[in-house]
Amino acid sequence: MKPAPFDYVAATDLSEALDALQEGGSDARVIAGGQSLVPMLNMRLARPATLVDITRIPELSRIEAKGDQIIIGAAVRQATLESWPDLADRLPLVRAAISWVGHTQLRNRGTVCGSVAHADPSAELPLCLLALGGTVTLRRRRKTRTVAARDFFQGMMSTDLAPGEMITSVSIPARKQGTGYAFREVARRHGDFAIVACAAIARPDGSSTLTVGGVADTPQTLDLPADTTGRDDRLNEFAWHLQARDDLHATARYRRDLVRRLGRTTLKEALSCRD
Amino acid sequence: MPRLTKDEKPAVRFTLNGRAVSPEAPPRMLLSDLLRHEIGATGTHVGCEHGVCGACTVQVDGAPVRACLMLAQQAQGCDIRTVEALAEGPELSPLQAAFREHFALQCGFCTAGILMTLDALFASQPEADEATIREALSGHLCRCTGYAPIVQAALAARNRIKGGPIDA
Amino acid sequence: MKDTATEPLLGRSVERIEDAALVSGRGQFIDDLPVATGTLAVAFVRAPHGHADIKSVDVTAATRAPGVAAVITGQDVTRYIRSMTVGVKANVECWPIAVDRVRYVGEPVAMVVATDRYLAEDAADLVEVDYSPLTAVVDPVRALADDAPVLHQSLGSNLINERRFRYGDPETAFDAAPHRIGIDVTYPRSACTPIETYGVIARYEPGEDAYDITANFQGPFSIHAVVARSLQVPGNRLRLRTPPDSGGSFGIKQGVFPYMILSGVAARIAGAPVKWIEDRLEHLSASVSATNRQTRIEAAVEADGRITALDWDQIEDCGAHLRAPEPATLYRMHGNMTGAYDIANVAIRNRVVLTNKTPTGLNRGFGGPQIYFALERLMDTIARQLGLDRLDVIRRNLVPADAFPYRTATGALLDSGDYAAAMARAVDEGGLAELYARRDTARAEGRRYGIGFACVVEPSVSNMGYITTVLSSEERAKAGPKNGAQATATVAIDPLGSVTVKVASVPQGQGHRTVLAQVVADKFGLPLDAVRVLADVDTMRDAWSIASGNYASRFAPAVAGATEIAATRLRDKLAKVAASQLNIGASDVTFDAGRIGAAQNPDNSLSFARVAATAHWSPGTLPDDVGQTLRETVFWTPPELEAPTADDGINSSLCHGFIFDFCGIEIDPDTAEPRIDRYVTMHDCGRILHPAMVDGQVRGGFAQAVGAAFLEEYAYGEDGSFRSGTLADYLLPTVMEVPEPVILHHETPSPFTPLGAKGVGEGNCMSTPVCIANAVADALAPEGDAPNIVLPVTAAKLAPLIHGEEPEPKEPVPETKAEATSGGRKLTGEGRALVQASREDVWKMLLDPATLDAIIPGSHGVQKVDETRFKADVTLGVGPVRGRYKADIELSDLDPPNAVTLSGQAVGALGTGGGHGRVTLTDTGDGTEITYRYEAEIGGKVASVGGRLLDGAAKVVIGEFFRALARHCGGGAGNGPIARLRGLLNRIAKGGRT
Repeated sequence: MKPAPFDYVAATDLSEALDALQEGGSDARVIAGGQSLVPMLNMRLARPATLVDITRIPELSRIEAKGDQIIIGAAVRQATLESWPDLADRLPLVRAAISWVGHTQLRNRGTVCGSVAHADPSAELPLCLLALGGTVTLRRRRKTRTVAARDFFQGMMSTDLAPGEMITSVSIPARKQGTGYAFREVARRHGDFAIVACAAIARPDGSSTLTVGGVADTPQTLDLPADTTGRDDRLNEFAWHLQARDDLHATARYRRDLVRRLGRTTLKEALSCRD
Repeated sequence: MPRLTKDEKPAVRFTLNGRAVSPEAPPRMLLSDLLRHEIGATGTHVGCEHGVCGACTVQVDGAPVRACLMLAQQAQGCDIRTVEALAEGPELSPLQAAFREHFALQCGFCTAGILMTLDALFASQPEADEATIREALSGHLCRCTGYAPIVQAALAARNRIKGGPIDA
Repeated sequence: MKDTATEPLLGRSVERIEDAALVSGRGQFIDDLPVATGTLAVAFVRAPHGHADIKSVDVTAATRAPGVAAVITGQDVTRYIRSMTVGVKANVECWPIAVDRVRYVGEPVAMVVATDRYLAEDAADLVEVDYSPLTAVVDPVRALADDAPVLHQSLGSNLINERRFRYGDPETAFDAAPHRIGIDVTYPRSACTPIETYGVIARYEPGEDAYDITANFQGPFSIHAVVARSLQVPGNRLRLRTPPDSGGSFGIKQGVFPYMILSGVAARIAGAPVKWIEDRLEHLSASVSATNRQTRIEAAVEADGRITALDWDQIEDCGAHLRAPEPATLYRMHGNMTGAYDIANVAIRNRVVLTNKTPTGLNRGFGGPQIYFALERLMDTIARQLGLDRLDVIRRNLVPADAFPYRTATGALLDSGDYAAAMARAVDEGGLAELYARRDTARAEGRRYGIGFACVVEPSVSNMGYITTVLSSEERAKAGPKNGAQATATVAIDPLGSVTVKVASVPQGQGHRTVLAQVVADKFGLPLDAVRVLADVDTMRDAWSIASGNYASRFAPAVAGATEIAATRLRDKLAKVAASQLNIGASDVTFDAGRIGAAQNPDNSLSFARVAATAHWSPGTLPDDVGQTLRETVFWTPPELEAPTADDGINSSLCHGFIFDFCGIEIDPDTAEPRIDRYVTMHDCGRILHPAMVDGQVRGGFAQAVGAAFLEEYAYGEDGSFRSGTLADYLLPTVMEVPEPVILHHETPSPFTPLGAKGVGEGNCMSTPVCIANAVADALAPEGDAPNIVLPVTAAKLAPLIHGEEPEPKEPVPETKAEATSGGRKLTGEGRALVQASREDVWKMLLDPATLDAIIPGSHGVQKVDETRFKADVTLGVGPVRGRYKADIELSDLDPPNAVTLSGQAVGALGTGGGHGRVTLTDTGDGTEITYRYEAEIGGKVASVGGRLLDGAAKVVIGEFFRALARHCGGGAGNGPIARLRGLLNRIAKGGRT
């Protein structure tokens, strides 16, 4: 279990990184925390020709609040966000979810944007980004674009990221007054990938949104009206239409059970914690 | 541009347990292999090489991380501590002593990683409660002890480090 | 003469002498040991198929790769070794590396020897193996079917051994009993998975034709004979050494021995010392695991629950090869088939079956989990069916306290115990009444809460002859009797009079060195740190025998016992030496506080060191009957361990501890997650030598059993693919999943061991899985028929049982077919794409290699073989996971321009894939709608490590092809599952059907 050989670029500014990515094309990959990528390198599932290390680019290591958006740079580690003093106030959903991301030893290296780029269907941070209506900012040498999270995630581990392109930041809308946020997850063990993860957002008017990870190829969203009549039926339809699958860790049936039940609990919690 | 080609083997300069070192490593070499096989610091063990077991946990700039999920080249300029740094001379640190007193190890293979996580935890949170300790320990697999003595040792060490009663 | 006057060390939880080094990073594990300059690294090429013939192995490119010293195939290996010994009479070969056929995923196919592991893996990637896949069989019952694929042609079937046994008169007992109660039990595969993997360092000296092998092997050293025979050298030309420290084993490191052979051959061929450190993927797929077993067990039962006979029918799955010492898992418990119960009549049918899975081997509990899961689930079933209290049924059947030593129907001699008393204490001190109250409260509130029990006899110190029970008595007579369990210990004194103990016990963390220091320090009246202990082995220097090693919980009863005898002998001699120097009688000599003196006169004493060193400095002064006091080596084998009797009775183990467990488990009403509320475990392991270490063994075994009960399973697909190749798939419990058990002790010393101790290391691996299963059954169904519990008990399995029938969707759901087996299944899917081209144009494109080459993502070239067959070279994958594959594609059922079936097989470094799909073209007026359905199987590495993501990944890869086709035809909206899903979701959000 040792990586195949690759070239390594420790970029010190963004243009170096973008040049290297452009040059490397589809055989080049960004490495930041490496907590998803290095296992794949070690198993030789991934064999990039070039790795571009972006963790030494100072401008990517910032968390900034701009108006109602929280902008998280591509080199910001999950642990850094976890200990960001404003997290509970500005991003309560992320705060609730982030301790479910692997283990502390992985969060100390892993980056927020790396998790987004990896787009594992069970991962918590892509789920939060999507649930909160966040965006992803992508750069290539001469072009910057911003993509809504719901368009960015295209399938299992598949995103809108093009060769030569990298994520420079994600932008997440901050907490809104009168809105409740809740996160719940079931995994085989503490710290494992979610079998089902639920993020619920309850708005002042009583309407709510449930976003579910771990079931479909990407996190999926269900909008619910304030009127709770028929809510269980809606959750049931939602559960079925996510086309859950059996795998080693859970059956499709169990995933549907969790969408119905954990979904309901998470929604209730979000509704009750509106401030 | 600072590109290293795959066959180059430049020196990685970093601090290991307080001493400046500069071993050579090609881009693909893992930090765990650099520590163990290039430097000879074999106290850090390797159990899975995919980040799950926690045996290879070392401190990088004070934070516990998996040495098997870090490229050796990424250690450039870092301050790295491993289990070899815990004892002061022949004296075991309070954490190490607590592990011995509470039989918190059997084969000892996973122990180095666990010690590095707890050492970092108590450095940043001397008051860490049992739930926090368990949360930190959940990133480690131990196949011998059933964990209970590890938790006991961690609580005892915490109390001793902050100067409280010795037993949890 | 009397023992030390100060408080003895034995029986106290002294700090372990091992720990100062281990907590400081100074352990000496195999990968920490210095090796000779020029030592090369070994990497293996391993089988991606569960079952396939090897057509050819091309090592040309690998041999030319940088740093490579040798590339060695199975055929090469056979020139240096012979097939490993198989433990039953059967016409079958057992090689440590595949020769012409692979029979499990991960089986070694070739070895690469290179300057370092990185380069060795680079070259391993370049070895090209051409396989001809065969149908695999992974289920042991299925493997017995007439039409099952046969793994070893020479055997003619997959049944490698069958034996029937009859003890007492089971037929009459069944006829006479008012009730015949039986259950079928499936016990899955799991393994104790040490955190340190296998490691071997090997060198070969051609001048002496001798191998020198260091491995983190754990014994039994009977395997030394297997390895030497296979390497075709006499035993004295195989020097086997073990490192001072070993990172856990739990039986597993017995299974390193095929790699000892292979590493020896690699060193010989490469002409240099080699080192191989197994990686985790190798370990999970191809080390060893416990056996999985299918059991039918029936009992003849009286109205009051008293059992008069048992009838066992066991089908044991030993994987692809019957490796030594298998089928020992099946026979280790043979004397204990009646558990803790007094049952006179027993019938047994044992079948040993080979399947396309990893060969099995030693694993903590070794046969116990499989037996007790069946027996104790049966006890639970008997109580249910007869409407009796579960504890009453257990109590009525226990071996009575006045019956010890008690000979079981199948031949075990239970050494000591008071099962009823231990049970009564557990009920009382463990708080069973309170637990019942908690259950009552929970149930009154509508919660699901259950209590389970398990009652277990834990054997220890295996009789080396038990495995011959697999032979008929005629075969045994021909082969000569096998029996006993030699334990060895040496106590030596150096010229400065300090004491060294050497044993061949090869600990993997159990603290042997500390306990032996306690034993010997007590004997000599020395402080603990005055005694130095070595427990690693060098077969060329140390006293050892076939039973040496660390298995079958033999340390405390056998090795510590042998050490006690050796120390006593030496002490008695030293007493004579001292007596002559002190002018007193030998019986008046005391050993205390580092001095040897007169019991009656403390001033008349000499330092221990001075007396002890006499034999070095002035041997002429020793009393005549003393001989020497330099070293005492003891070989101890208990007389109770006799060879099997003519009627197949076997005392399979020397000691028999007793365990009674109970626990309360609650199942979460929403998530169906089971949680242990309280777990109580009562142990009688005889005399306790070190309480903290005994509790450490109990907690450690308990934690592994919690893993086996809730989390761990070696999962295989029907096609033989292995699905739990990472520690993110094979789930070991963390601190969050393991509660702390309440541990109780009841001591009845063994009359058969020098110190009265029995083994304690394996018991909870036997008792806990079934105790948990019984509690889960009670939570699911407090009364009536017992639900069939198959481990691991996951929330996914419990959910349908507690949530009942699932609500149907109102909106029709796109078909999602899934054939769920334990982790392995066919991947199925479907999709659509709209293209702006006519059906005829699309049809042409699908049949044109140039177009296919242009549109297949990652294509490196498509060649047409004939009108309906193509060869393609493609890079496939999702996200960063990409691998290059060679694919053979065939078109069939052509219905131009409407439909075609595509079938293909792909092989690459990441594994194999195969499947077929039906593609249908429909005219939409302004273009063509392409619909496709596929069924695929993926094997090899990517299936082993990416199980969680395979379905989605297949969908992405196949979808990519059709999206590319659509783009090639001039756009057209992709209408993949996600787009369609979004549409459906929007409708749901707006309120269902409307």
